[in-house]
Amino acid sequence: MSFLDRITEGWRKNRKPGYYENFDYHWAMTIDLDQCSGCGACVTACQAENNLPIVGEDAFVKGREVKWLRLEHYWEGEYPDVKLNVIPMMCQHCDSAPCETVCPVSATYHNQDGLNTQIYNRCIGTRSCAVYCPYEVRYFNYNDHEWDSPLDQQLNPDVSVREKGVMEKCTFCIQRIRQAKDNAKDDGRRRVRDGEVQPACVQTCPSKAMVFGDRNDPKSKVSRSLRDPRAYKVLDELNTNSSVVYLKKVEAER
Amino acid sequence: MQGEPNQLKYTDIHEDVVRSIVETGPNYYVALATAFALTLICFFFPWFYQLYYGIGAAGMNHPNVWGTYLASFIFWIGLSHSGTLLSCVLHITNSSWRKAMYRSAEAMTLFSLVVAAMMVMVHVGRPWFIHWTLPYPNQMEMWPNFRSPLLFDVMAITTYITGSTVFIYMGSIPDFAAVRDRTRGWRNTMYSLLSLGWRGTDTEWHRLHWAYTFLAVLIIPLAVSVHSIVSWDFAMSIVPALHQTIFAPYFVVGAIYSGTAGIVTVMFVLRKFMDFGEYITELHFDNLGKLLLVLSLLWSYINIVEVFTGFYSGASGETEALRYRLFGFYAPLYWEMITFCAFLPLLCAFKRFRTSFVPMLYLSIAINIGMYTERFLIVATSLSRQYLPDAWGLYVPSAVEISILVGTLALFTTLFLLFVKIFPSVSMYEVKETMNTPKKIPVAASGGSLA
Repeated sequence: MSFLDRITEGWRKNRKPGYYENFDYHWAMTIDLDQCSGCGACVTACQAENNLPIVGEDAFVKGREVKWLRLEHYWEGEYPDVKLNVIPMMCQHCDSAPCETVCPVSATYHNQDGLNTQIYNRCIGTRSCAVYCPYEVRYFNYNDHEWDSPLDQQLNPDVSVREKGVMEKCTFCIQRIRQAKDNAKDDGRRRVRDGEVQPACVQTCPSKAMVFGDRNDPKSKVSRSLRDPRAYKVLDELNTNSSVVYLKKVEAER
Repeated sequence: MQGEPNQLKYTDIHEDVVRSIVETGPNYYVALATAFALTLICFFFPWFYQLYYGIGAAGMNHPNVWGTYLASFIFWIGLSHSGTLLSCVLHITNSSWRKAMYRSAEAMTLFSLVVAAMMVMVHVGRPWFIHWTLPYPNQMEMWPNFRSPLLFDVMAITTYITGSTVFIYMGSIPDFAAVRDRTRGWRNTMYSLLSLGWRGTDTEWHRLHWAYTFLAVLIIPLAVSVHSIVSWDFAMSIVPALHQTIFAPYFVVGAIYSGTAGIVTVMFVLRKFMDFGEYITELHFDNLGKLLLVLSLLWSYINIVEVFTGFYSGASGETEALRYRLFGFYAPLYWEMITFCAFLPLLCAFKRFRTSFVPMLYLSIAINIGMYTERFLIVATSLSRQYLPDAWGLYVPSAVEISILVGTLALFTTLFLLFVKIFPSVSMYEVKETMNTPKKIPVAASGGSLA
């Protein structure tokens, strides 16, 4: 086998979508839009957990708010007969992520758990990943942020505070995943139990619309949820192979 | 020079060119001081403020993360194109009319590239880490991401800067030597170093011509690839209205188009303020006008194709982005671009227009305004309308951005003003090649092809 063949072989093995089956975990999330009430608790939980800056009124008006998880509102119909559709939108952790190929310094890459990770220290702020992302879920730090006292006392010590000029986005609360894996190792277990790790949004969701877990485990709650006939992916036609799956809202015919 | 009596002698050329270097009037110092002050005030101070505050000093926001900085970057890369590329093409096709203008055209390439590289520094969020885009051995044991179109871009532009620098420098060696022989003092020392001990022997001339042609052939594909790769920064994305196969030829044509217009502007200025009227003649404007006409037709053709395929696709994202570009918030800019770049250049069909200097100057400036608008629209309209309507946005440049835009023009002017005092801005030895040799018996004019 020539050198080139070996490279090609290795690439095929490790670079095809879904190659995380070869590894221990492949984290995924489902969001049941039938159960989602659009309350916004997940947005707040994410803000508190991940040290998201409170950008203030001016920056908000300029369109620079940072919300790793945002609620998209889509209105249907004319005034008296209106209907509101809400869909939570965060990083979809695509297996074929457009943002990962474009970063010139590999500041965003896929780790072996199927997570699309962002390395703040490596980011040089070309913002090309935000352009390439079709879901518009990457947020840029246009300036340094400050937390007024006493809010600076509530910053999560497990999450870094990002400086100006750096891109950031949803991490599936990677600090919690790391913690769960460490606990599993300390207990002498090889794997993290299903339901042992939850991102802040999943933990907070009052209607239990969000399910998070390991897709590699066929018995996990998220795997069962993925087999739901209502399951669909946003912008699936772009072949991003996203890890966040939505369960369609089913309505009675009017 | 065909069709016109050429009264110049060899010594006249030397005197004219050396005079343009050595004799400096007060006007020059006023111009240089103004340009330098403008560079400081409009470019560097706002940039330093932005470094201190963050990119938030510019007007970019959530869906529109790219703005005028990137548009300026493409614009300057585009402007750089006609210089060296045109010079190379005309060199290997033996077009003698190139000889009086190519030095300043190549300088334009070089300084445009410098300004474009500065725009990258202004654009990125943390420019102090920009060296991470270069593949060098480091203690982090990290390579840059070789799959990234942006990295292709870094490679292409550094190669292009290197190639253009070597090309302009090598073509100037005999002229440095000529200036060396006519100056004294520190200038003599400087030109002695720059001319690398040129003596003008037959072997040296032979080698120079060989190497020069070799580089010219090398740089043509390089220049085409550079702007193709710049277009891939956009076309390799999946953003509607950016994800288009036609982008590479579109950008290359646009680059040569705006670059040719830039050459017309620079040549007008050189002719007007440096007394180069005998070297830069109606013939040059005539030929460049023909080139502009052809390029404008090509550019219009690609625009029609782009709009038609977008409309024909029927894909909702694509048609919405197209509708927004043609009739949305930025529509006045779009139609301004069409007027300046597709309709106005049709005037070049008339020889009387092509050979009149001032209208050609206005046309060239209008084309470049239109071409800047094109780059701005590519960035702004596409990013404003992407797949998810909830994330649609609007982008208006801030005062800092506009100031930096003006400042880049001043920076370019400053560099160019310094250039005309260091480099012989008209290639002396090649102009001499186009003239009758100084013999008693008149030799028929070479009547070189006018391309």
